[in-house]
Amino acid sequence: MKKILAVDDSASMRQMVGFTLKTAGFDVTEACNGDEALNAAKNGSYDLVISDVNMPVMDGITLIKNLRTLPEYKFTPLLMLTTESGTDKKQEGRNAGATGWIIKPFNPDQLLATVNKVLR
Amino acid sequence: MEIDLSQFSQVFFEESLEGLESMESELLKLDISAPDPEAINTIFRAAHSIKGGSATFGFVQVASYTHLLETLLDEIRDGRRKMTNHHQDMLLLSVDLLRNMLDALMRKIDFCDPLLEELQQKFSTELNQDSTPLLSTEVEQKDDSAVWQITFKAGTDILRFGNDPILMFAELRALGQLDVVLLDTPVPDFTHYDPEGCYLSWQLTLATAQPLSQIKQAFEWVEDECEITYEALDQKSLEVTTPELAIEVAPQLENLTTDTPATKATKPAAITQKNQESGSIRVSIDKVDLLINMVGELVITQAMLSQLGQQDEIDHESLILMKQGLEQLATHTRDLQESVMQIRMLPISFAFNRFPRLVRDIGQQLNKKVELVLKGEDTELDKTVMEKIVDPMVHLVRNSLDHGLETPEDRKAKGKRETGTLTLNAYHQGGNIIIEIIDDGAGLDTAKILKKAKEKGLVNPDEEPSEEAIHQLIFKPGFSTADQVSDLSGRGVGMDVVLRNIHQLSGNIDLKSVKDKGSRFTIRLPLTLAILDGQLVRVGSHTYVVPLVSIHESLQVTPDRINRLSEEHQVIRLRDEYLPVIKVFDQFNHRADANEIKDGLVMVVDANNDKVGLLVDELLSQQQVVIKSLEDNYSKVAGISGATILGDGTVALIIDIAGLVSLAGINNKQDHAA
Repeated sequence: MKKILAVDDSASMRQMVGFTLKTAGFDVTEACNGDEALNAAKNGSYDLVISDVNMPVMDGITLIKNLRTLPEYKFTPLLMLTTESGTDKKQEGRNAGATGWIIKPFNPDQLLATVNKVLR
Repeated sequence: MEIDLSQFSQVFFEESLEGLESMESELLKLDISAPDPEAINTIFRAAHSIKGGSATFGFVQVASYTHLLETLLDEIRDGRRKMTNHHQDMLLLSVDLLRNMLDALMRKIDFCDPLLEELQQKFSTELNQDSTPLLSTEVEQKDDSAVWQITFKAGTDILRFGNDPILMFAELRALGQLDVVLLDTPVPDFTHYDPEGCYLSWQLTLATAQPLSQIKQAFEWVEDECEITYEALDQKSLEVTTPELAIEVAPQLENLTTDTPATKATKPAAITQKNQESGSIRVSIDKVDLLINMVGELVITQAMLSQLGQQDEIDHESLILMKQGLEQLATHTRDLQESVMQIRMLPISFAFNRFPRLVRDIGQQLNKKVELVLKGEDTELDKTVMEKIVDPMVHLVRNSLDHGLETPEDRKAKGKRETGTLTLNAYHQGGNIIIEIIDDGAGLDTAKILKKAKEKGLVNPDEEPSEEAIHQLIFKPGFSTADQVSDLSGRGVGMDVVLRNIHQLSGNIDLKSVKDKGSRFTIRLPLTLAILDGQLVRVGSHTYVVPLVSIHESLQVTPDRINRLSEEHQVIRLRDEYLPVIKVFDQFNHRADANEIKDGLVMVVDANNDKVGLLVDELLSQQQVVIKSLEDNYSKVAGISGATILGDGTVALIIDIAGLVSLAGINNKQDHAA
């Protein structure tokens, strides 16, 4: 079973993402901010990380930068949740090493389609 | 996949309201001249989260409104715009507006407030942009079937970003018929070869009915670092899209795709949700852990007792064990009860949080300078009590600001600091919570109060009551010290209502005031409404519970201290006061041992800050009783606030003293004491 790490500071978003992915048969771990996610990523192995950008403690861009420096996450797909207005953010995310992005708002189908785009 | 998003909307509402709260408190704390970047960030994040959530869950109005806030805050955050007082006001009003919008959504009613349009307009002028940019209603264009030839030269780095060409091709295959040919591209020589790089190019032929925008999505994430060309092979498409043109069209198409999700979200995805005003409560993990521990202990004790119960004969040793077990059971039950009550306990900061805003607004309105000091915010009290105490507190705070605190000029003239101080303080004392509202203002004007009271006939013209008694007059119905009915107070809701509300919570209020030094209102409340410290009393064959907090003393009264005013009304002289006595058995129509005051016990209790005596037969024990609602289980009974079940299974009624006093037809002290 593919393992996904979902990172968002908003509980409802996290629940929605988590629930959607679990329903689709993924093993999902949730984290509330970048720092928490980085720790989880170091202590486990994930096939995909989906992270919000704006978060307290450690934001999503910093998380992605940090993950890419870890050998285990060199080629792992890292997706960021961004908003339609965040064109700059997308570029910033790419420069940090993000694989791609999911644009908020999204519905469960869009989320799964995007996830399937990066997981074999 | 069909996923009902409405199951998450309750959480969304809760966290959005929390977000608004933190927005509000950060905004209020903000130093406009030099805003703390972290504070701006927190405010931005709150707006951002609400926007993201509301758009996802289909609350379009909230999403498009928060978009405006977000844009403004983003500019402030990035230093492209300077924060002003005007922004602060707009954002604070937005907090109110969003609260109302969320409330309407939760209650499934239409939201309609002219403020929305007004604020939207303000934001638009401020941001100099169209007010509804989020909700463009572009429709995806539909091309006819076409064959596309795509050359794709991958960027060297794409693997390092977790992208994989094979997955992109798989995505294209889902769109139609796909042929993939690997092109003969030179690979660097060994010394320059990066084993993690990607040096390949492909030519793809795709026959599909999907539009170009859809095809481009497969490469969306890599288009900047890869070389991609799209060529329409089909004659029909060729007329409109030559390769050069395709590149020119690209930016627009990109916009189109980014807009689509927003458009889709306008579908009422989460509107099927049932109305579920669940009144949930957030409990800290510690409390739940404690509870689980307690239950664990109980289970152990139960196991021990049941083991003893299985023995056929009980010898002395097991009897001792059983006794110990029962004692343990008693301790654990009490602990469990306490921890369960703890769950309903919330820190009073939940109530205090609204006051910075209130004080700021009222202060501005009255042109008074106020500094609000909050103390004891961690003090916990029952959620129900909290909900009911807020209104009286708001009233008292308003009063303090309106009547108590002087204008900066007056304060200066009195030699005080121009900025007045209003303190809200909470702490525990015994089984009660004390909430104090303290101001360093003018204090009560006793001369004015007395004059007014005499005009209204509340005090006899020749009477000279003590200062304390004069202060108490402001709690009388129909009393207002305001010379004019201002916008803030004197709207018919007087201190008597405050007093009544607090009495309904089995609490009381105390007032101390010193001229030109200030006033202090002290509210004393039980920690919870579910349990009451009660004095059990016997009247005939009935047991009643009297709230311990209202009892002053109990005494036997000698005949020489009893005066009969009329057939029903008798008073007793207690030190230098005359108190009316209510015969409990008379009010509830049953027999008692003591029919006359001299034969029984008189319990002196507090009723609306006046003392009255209750005639009872005997005092029984004092104990904590669990309050059961009579209204829910039977019907409302005058003079009775609830019932409880005693250890022996009998039901005891809990006396509502204020209710009993009005039932007995005693209006106020003046009627009897004269």
